[in-house]
Amino acid sequence: MADFLLYALLAGLALAVVAGPLGSFVVWRRMAYFGDTLSHAALLGVALGFALDVSPTLAVTVGCLLLAIVLVTLQQRQPLASDTLLGILAPSTLSLGLVVLSFMHDVRIDLMGYLFGDLLAISPTDLAWILGGSALVLCLLAVLWRPLLAVTVHEELATVEGMPVAGLRLALMLLIAVVIAVAMKIVGVLLITSLLIIPAAAAQRHARSPEQMALGASLLGITAVCAGLALSWFKDTPAGPSIVVSAAVLFLLSLALPKR
Amino acid sequence: MSEALIRLEQVGVSFSGETVLERIDLAVAPRQIVTLIGPNGAGKTTLVRAVLGLLKPHTGKVWRQPRLRIGYMPQKIQVDPTLPLSVLRFLRLVPGVDRAAALAALQEVGAEQVIDSPIQTVSGGEMQRVLLARALLRKPQLLVLDEPVQGVDVVGQSELYRLITRLRDRYGCGVLMVSHDLHLVMSATDQVVCLNRHVCCSGHPEQVSGDPAFVELFGQTAPNLAVYHHHHDHSHDLHGAVITPETHVHGAHCKHG
Repeated sequence: MADFLLYALLAGLALAVVAGPLGSFVVWRRMAYFGDTLSHAALLGVALGFALDVSPTLAVTVGCLLLAIVLVTLQQRQPLASDTLLGILAPSTLSLGLVVLSFMHDVRIDLMGYLFGDLLAISPTDLAWILGGSALVLCLLAVLWRPLLAVTVHEELATVEGMPVAGLRLALMLLIAVVIAVAMKIVGVLLITSLLIIPAAAAQRHARSPEQMALGASLLGITAVCAGLALSWFKDTPAGPSIVVSAAVLFLLSLALPKR
Repeated sequence: MSEALIRLEQVGVSFSGETVLERIDLAVAPRQIVTLIGPNGAGKTTLVRAVLGLLKPHTGKVWRQPRLRIGYMPQKIQVDPTLPLSVLRFLRLVPGVDRAAALAALQEVGAEQVIDSPIQTVSGGEMQRVLLARALLRKPQLLVLDEPVQGVDVVGQSELYRLITRLRDRYGCGVLMVSHDLHLVMSATDQVVCLNRHVCCSGHPEQVSGDPAFVELFGQTAPNLAVYHHHHDHSHDLHGAVITPETHVHGAHCKHG
């Protein structure tokens, strides 16, 4: 197998495994739009990374974390609904990213690669970032699993029972931010949320516990990555979109299967 | 009342300039059942949230016994339909709870039959019992119940109140609950606090049910409960503000303006 295909496969699988449990939380807590906003902001992170001459992956991680904090602060300070705020922040940060990039005449970047992913161009360094980031997020999710679940079920009950609710909520946002930063190479900023949401939504109908849903989502994600890469390899289709299309097909199949 | 579990002193809460609670004094002692009653918009839930620490009062202070374990039963709970969660898993969200402990708590409240049901399919009355079971699993020193009998039929209501009294006797915890159901509350409580943004009257149910402030608030149903009467010398306008006539003499229990 060619090296680049192996890298692509490993990166895709790492992302699929962590996207299962994290995507389940995104579905349960109705954070799909939040994920979308963060991923749009990722492009701004890329632009700033070039402007300040730091690693784009690092810049994107920091950028997403900052946006998550800005969002939480805005939510607490003023009365606009969250979806309105997200509707302001998502296109604004994406546009700002594009504007900043246009100022840098000496930088040639593959915009399509950032928007839709360039999985087959992953370098060993990128792969290390992706594996490390995914492992970190997976460990933190395992440790925080029960408190996060308690907060998702009922925030006030969790508060009274002594859990640090605001901290947990922020932690979940930060985990999503890290995953988006590392996933950008794989499926691009415009497609990242689909990898979080589609497998989780497909697993939802057939799961009887939160853990089953998370695990099922990971397995479906792995299947989608393999199928998408195969499609890309044999039919020369773009890798990221092929993975998303595979995931969507799996979702449709899950609807066709009778509910347990 | 130095042995109180929780004590509120002159607590006031306002939302965007609108006073919701003013100068509330309230204490709950161990083994004591305190019931908050009052019309819609009287600030009952707000007061409960202040007690629980979910809301910081703008004036006054809330004192809790250090490391007080509170069992809280919210008014209702809506679990997202996409979250596959059984009643057992819901109860096990409390740290250190295994299946046996969850089952015991459910048996205690008479809802053991739903242990493996998805939480979204549990009926209103059963859900109240499940929430009570979760509160009990915390081995609470103070049980806070926001309208515990909501959505429960009349027979179930008195049963639930008897259950709360029994749990108090068994665990020796203090109970603070919010209620609408005057008749049933009266038999199951040690102290009634009649709330309408301020404490209108408070005391033993027999006293309170005859208190004209109480009669004023609850109208026709109240006389049926009346055991004891004394004169009432203030009334409320539509917003619940006190209209004090010239003749009003402030007494020891007067907590309004």
